[in-house]
Amino acid sequence: MIAFLIKRLFHALLVMFVISIIAFAIQDNLGDPIQQMVGQSVPESEREALREQLGLNDPFVVQYLRFAGNALQLDFGYSYIFNEPTTEVIARHLPATLELVFATSLLIVLFSVPIGVYSAIRPRAWLSRLFMGVSIIGISIPVFLTAIMLIQLFAIGVSWSPFPADTGWGAWLNDLVSTEGGMPAYGRGRPVPVFGTWATNFASLEGLTYLVLPAISLASIMLPLFIRLIRAEMLEVLQSEYVKFARAKGIPLRRIYFIHALKNTMLPVITMGGVQIGTLVAYTILTETVFQWPGMGLMFLNAIQRSDVPLIITYLMIVGLIFVITNTLVDLIYGLVNPTVKLTGKPA
Amino acid sequence: MALLDVNHLDVRFALRRGDVQALRDVSFSLERGERLGIVGESGAGKSVAAFSLLNLIAKPGYIAGGSIHFDGRDLTAMSDRALRHIRGHRMSIIFQDPMMTLNPVLSIGEQMVECLKAHRRISTREARAISLRKLEQVQIPSPAARLDQYPHELSGGMRQRVIIAIALLLDPDIIIADEPTTALDVTIQAEIMALLLELCETHHVGLILITHDLGVVSQVSQRMLVMYAGRVIEQGPTREIINDPQHPYTQGLINALPQMATPGSRLNQIPGSMPSLDNLPSGCAFHPRCGFVERADGTTRRACIDLVPGYVTSGNGRVACHMVAEMLERERIPAEEIR
Repeated sequence: MIAFLIKRLFHALLVMFVISIIAFAIQDNLGDPIQQMVGQSVPESEREALREQLGLNDPFVVQYLRFAGNALQLDFGYSYIFNEPTTEVIARHLPATLELVFATSLLIVLFSVPIGVYSAIRPRAWLSRLFMGVSIIGISIPVFLTAIMLIQLFAIGVSWSPFPADTGWGAWLNDLVSTEGGMPAYGRGRPVPVFGTWATNFASLEGLTYLVLPAISLASIMLPLFIRLIRAEMLEVLQSEYVKFARAKGIPLRRIYFIHALKNTMLPVITMGGVQIGTLVAYTILTETVFQWPGMGLMFLNAIQRSDVPLIITYLMIVGLIFVITNTLVDLIYGLVNPTVKLTGKPA
Repeated sequence: MALLDVNHLDVRFALRRGDVQALRDVSFSLERGERLGIVGESGAGKSVAAFSLLNLIAKPGYIAGGSIHFDGRDLTAMSDRALRHIRGHRMSIIFQDPMMTLNPVLSIGEQMVECLKAHRRISTREARAISLRKLEQVQIPSPAARLDQYPHELSGGMRQRVIIAIALLLDPDIIIADEPTTALDVTIQAEIMALLLELCETHHVGLILITHDLGVVSQVSQRMLVMYAGRVIEQGPTREIINDPQHPYTQGLINALPQMATPGSRLNQIPGSMPSLDNLPSGCAFHPRCGFVERADGTTRRACIDLVPGYVTSGNGRVACHMVAEMLERERIPAEEIR
């Protein structure tokens, strides 16, 4: 176990090294930061002096080594647009994103497992067919469109009256197809400070309502994906010899489904899940933009638009780190769930 | 009434292009403690027969007719709940491939204890004690350590021992063994077979052994069924069938044993292969491969091509063959004339 962790730590360092090179290489190709920093009236000579002063004229390797040396001391430079250390900017935006991703993951886990299992156990039931149909729609609609539709339906509200409103049943049906709106869909509201830069939306009911729409739209692609994955895996496991044998042993169906089959179903799902949590962090760019959620995604988009190279680089490093950490955690969990896997430092 | 009484069992598979009949008119019985062998080529319906006994045929298969009386009750008319208490409790099954039969993520102990708990009100401690005793009976090395091991830590032979121990856990009346040694090494096959036989004898458990190995059947079983294309074409006491097979197919099977061929010459075989169940030939399903459709005098026995043969009693057994029926008929007439 210890050997495994040490080995993974070494892997992580290697991955981070590669990410740092790629992230740093971006800076040469992302416009001129000087142009973003100074006004139109600043003469070329001053610009050149500034460029020299910031070290933007040095060779790539020199610049990278300077960057890497500083990075090891957790100094990723100053953000041009915020005029403060990028690490502080990130620290301010990270909690919002992590909370959004956490809420989304919670939604995915809570809904994908029961729905996936149900539609595998009863593949022909109308409810299963409905889930499968809706999930295809979820996968195929882009996140930003889902987000905008959610805002229209639940934040703004729609009042349709396709039925005659002067009859009792018509009014009732009109009410049924109309929505009230009123759900918050802009920013985080007033999150409760916990410590340092971390303020949470989970501490109050009002905070939670701010999470609802962004979390649903962020989940709109991943949730159907997981439902379908769990269903497919479960269907396969239910065909296996050991499930037949369990039935021949007279084990109650409930235990066969939830112990014998589900445990085997979850093995590949856990692996997929680990990779997808990292992807969720990346997907937040779209969701956060639509909902103006003050997280890293929104911050990253601003950084790109304004060529804030140090901030972009720091963001890429942090996201890379999140990927590495979640993958290691998932491998640990996988090792605990699957008895055929032993966590060792030795190559397999 | 026998412990197990199967009458005119019909099993079908509902496929999109129509039903395929996997078993037709299968009847046999098993007395308490008796050992029955079922032989036939692959696809003859042996495994379907085994699974239908526990009403465990996977969809789209279903029992279309007939009855399975076990201990006086008809399993085909029983509720799922009642059936569950027979499965693994009064009747248990041993599958072909021990590598696939045990759940890879549950320990051996869990898989044994859950079986006991499914049928008895029992504490985990007691259940583990019984499990350990059964593991000792199947002569597995260091049985106590096995309880907390997982299937992948055991060899194929050891896993099949564990599965036999699970089959014996609740002291069932019948064990159905579906080619229990096919997936094992030749050296271990004999060991496992001997163990199974010994345990069935000491515990007075009935055994239904499904195999394509005539040698094993002749050593183990008291009575046997020969299946072809979903039908039982011959059944009776094993000794009689092995020594004096009536049906041309049974004769062919026995003739195909390597020890029946002259050393150095080619092995005997039955020409052709078994028809697929959704496209059975007319009349007797075996007639395209049968050497007796033509009589010795050169005339063709039309019934073989046109009529599905019924059963005739021959000795202590029953055979479904027009040729045998004709011979029996011929023997009977002179006997009556003498009288």
